[in-house]
Amino acid sequence: MTQPPFPIAAGAVVDEAGMIPLHGFPHAEEIGMKMRAEGMGKVLVTIPYDEKLVGDVETGVIHGGVVTTILDTGCGIAAISRTGMPGGIATLDLRIDYMRPSKPDLMLQASCECYRVTRSVAFARGFAYDDDPDDPVATAAGAFMITGRGGR
Amino acid sequence: MNGTSNQEEKDRRDAALSALTNRTPYNRFIGVEFERMGDELTARLNYSRKLIGNPAIPALHGGVTGAFLEITAITQLAWDEVWAVMEEGGPKAAEIDEGRFPKMPKTIDWTIDYLRSGRARDAYARATVQKAGRRVANVRVEAWQDARDRPIAAGHGHFLMPEPEA
Repeated sequence: MTQPPFPIAAGAVVDEAGMIPLHGFPHAEEIGMKMRAEGMGKVLVTIPYDEKLVGDVETGVIHGGVVTTILDTGCGIAAISRTGMPGGIATLDLRIDYMRPSKPDLMLQASCECYRVTRSVAFARGFAYDDDPDDPVATAAGAFMITGRGGR
Repeated sequence: MNGTSNQEEKDRRDAALSALTNRTPYNRFIGVEFERMGDELTARLNYSRKLIGNPAIPALHGGVTGAFLEITAITQLAWDEVWAVMEEGGPKAAEIDEGRFPKMPKTIDWTIDYLRSGRARDAYARATVQKAGRRVANVRVEAWQDARDRPIAAGHGHFLMPEPEA
């Protein structure tokens, strides 16, 4: 499948699973976030398990804020990919519904898609999971303002 | 009134709040602290470059801003519980002094409205508990940077309160 136009720095190394590190984006780099295009307007994002991201010391479960981060990033990249406007979108809102805690030691993954674009707004949704996409940790829905001009 | 013991009581509460915040690794990682003036908490997100999402603006990562709001909400709910236990005294209050806290509330849903781009500097937030039910709490949070009346983001959502321990 053709790679949609993502704002990925030249020279980014693709791993064996086809995942690309978000090179040049400080927070994404700090937590080891990677992405893979799944088609126009669709993206998979991953964050490896890390003790510094733990929200509950008794269970070792990752903090809800990390789930917000992966879904915000995934929905944002999906919207950029669909509108073809890197840097030309701004998040209006994002709603997260938590289904269950993530499992310790497992990589967090998020599958996100931009399912509708109007002249000025892109709508995206996604879900986060660890080992089973059919058993989500959380779901998200977001609206993004298209601030850039041209391209469409 | 004994002024010294009143200040000791304040120090004891401040120590409990600091322990409650710092026991969570993710809070330490992104750099969240709480300042207390009586029963009012203000959260502070200490700026560092690792919080930047888009370096071209540069702006705080939207996920970090959302996480900061959620931490502010959860900590406010947990602190209200800790405060009540400390007021009551007895063995449960002694547990808190030893760093053992009641179970934390769990997020059911959380919505973030992004109002302005979060700049590369410290941010602050305050939570309002709109309803503290026995099972569910509804909380609203606002975050700002240079001016309190120019919020960068607002959050609201529901939290499942822990079952009371026997």
